Amino acid sequence: MAEPGSIAALVATDAAPLSGPRGPRPRRALSGANAVLYGTLGLASLYYLLPLWVMVVTSLKGMPEIRMGNVFGPPLEVTFQPWVKAWAEACTGINCDGLSRGFWNSVRILVPSVALSIAVASVNGYALANWRFRGSEAFFAILMVGAFIPYQVMIYPIVILLREMGLYGSLWGLVLVHTVFGMPILTLLFRNHFAAIPEEIVKAARVDGAGFWGIFLRIMLPMSLPIVVVAVILQVTGIWNDFLFGVIYTRPEIYPMTVQLNNIVNSVQGVKEYNVNMAATLLTGAVPLLVYLVSGKLFVRGIAAGAVKG
Amino acid sequence: MAAVTDPPREAPAARRPARPLRNLSAKLASLPMVLTALVVFLGCSLWTVAHSFTSSRLLPRLDWAGLSQYERLWGERRWLVSIGNVALYGALSLVLTLAIGFVLAALLDRKVRGEAAFRTIFLYPFALSFIVTGLAWQWILNPDLGLQRLVRSWGWESFAFDPLNDPRLVIYGLLIAGVWQGSGLVMCIMLAGLRGIDEDVWRAARVDGIPVWKTYTHVVIPMMRPVFVTALVIIAAGIVKVYDLVVAQTSGGPGISSQMPALYVMDKMFLSQNLAQGFAASTMMLVTVAIILIPWAYLEFGGRRRG
Repeated sequence: MAEPGSIAALVATDAAPLSGPRGPRPRRALSGANAVLYGTLGLASLYYLLPLWVMVVTSLKGMPEIRMGNVFGPPLEVTFQPWVKAWAEACTGINCDGLSRGFWNSVRILVPSVALSIAVASVNGYALANWRFRGSEAFFAILMVGAFIPYQVMIYPIVILLREMGLYGSLWGLVLVHTVFGMPILTLLFRNHFAAIPEEIVKAARVDGAGFWGIFLRIMLPMSLPIVVVAVILQVTGIWNDFLFGVIYTRPEIYPMTVQLNNIVNSVQGVKEYNVNMAATLLTGAVPLLVYLVSGKLFVRGIAAGAVKG
Repeated sequence: MAAVTDPPREAPAARRPARPLRNLSAKLASLPMVLTALVVFLGCSLWTVAHSFTSSRLLPRLDWAGLSQYERLWGERRWLVSIGNVALYGALSLVLTLAIGFVLAALLDRKVRGEAAFRTIFLYPFALSFIVTGLAWQWILNPDLGLQRLVRSWGWESFAFDPLNDPRLVIYGLLIAGVWQGSGLVMCIMLAGLRGIDEDVWRAARVDGIPVWKTYTHVVIPMMRPVFVTALVIIAAGIVKVYDLVVAQTSGGPGISSQMPALYVMDKMFLSQNLAQGFAASTMMLVTVAIILIPWAYLEFGGRRRG
């Protein structure tokens, strides 16, 4: 096996089949231990899949069928009406144009937030790794400690700051907030990435007369595509799933999808249309879920980077 | 891990006499980081702590009111319920998430077929927001819709399972959803930790005839101490902040029985116009995080010099 502690975890699984059979596999084809192993994994899968299954099947049923049967059974008569209603007709307050409004709001928040936060953090990480100046490590340390401060401690003064800047309640105010709170983890990610690039490359470029931005744009950035993808995954899921900042820093017209979803589902008036609500919930979860399913191992790398702070 | 996080010893401008205009582009480029660190993380936190000693109500103002906000806070039933809830939720969620995460990782590490599929299934909830998680489980735990109705339809008419409407059980209802969302991440961290353990350790244990479970409890788990600590810190830091999940699943009810500190803070700051009370409560959250983090930081970084 490769040395532990490197990227071995990712490489090891691919390398294993090449090194021939090892471990005790042949002995236990249908043994009792195997049954327990797969039984436990199957049971656990059931727990993890249950909510998704319930939401999918219920969102495809009509309300009469939900009232008659239980939410766990497959639909007898498949209807896409709840999805249409959730997307285009569901009401929040006086607006009845469905979750599509929240979806597009989220997109309008997501795109600039992801772009700005990654642009800022990559430059930060580059400066920290290759152009350290007096005090840069101290600021970085504050940034890392700041990642653990509960948001509730900082939200009110940020309201005042945004109000002073004339951005409170606006989309750009929220973009700024996402950029600020995404900074610790993204800066760490980029700093570690740039620090691992051989120093000779930077030195050679400096000898050739390249400056701070020249080295960053022409040399470092082109070598950073995978890490940028990890950062994008991290930010897209994080920002899309945000609820707290959306509720505090925006107005109802530009509420992100999560906030609108909660308002639709947890509204007290009217008969609860479970099929529409579940379709709405699935629509809101669809974007990060798609990112997760498409990105696979990179998603794991992203959250591992997010997990191993400091 | 240390090798990855340490920056190069000899950064180009590391040991030069300090001249303010040297490295100007780097300093300008770092301005967003400097501002975030100083203004938001340091400044805003200090601002909130300072204003927790005032009597601010609708608007923040700086009049010294001593510890009166804290006295009122700790005399408030809703706050005490919140603290009790977050302690119970936190302790159970910590134990369950670590246990489930480790067991699933250990099972997947036994060279199972379809490991990738299982991993995908266990981790996907982590991609979903707490709002989606809370709503999904609200339906499954709904007595007229979900599990209770299912079991009754099988013929067990007296079966009762309605945690979200029972003040004594509501925290467990939140727990089922919270563990569902977060255990996949821990599984992932644990799996990475298990894969980092040398194959020779397993071979040696097998040669010595040590049973598999004993190898786990006596060799592997002690070796994975840093992984457990990392997972623990991540879970703990998340627990203090728990907010969206409760909003979506129970809104703090029934009554005040599933209130959490973060809900208390939000309520005092943005609904009941009692700012200083919100500041005092959020300062208590900060203190809690500090109590969790300082020992960890000491253990992690106390021994060796930081980069």
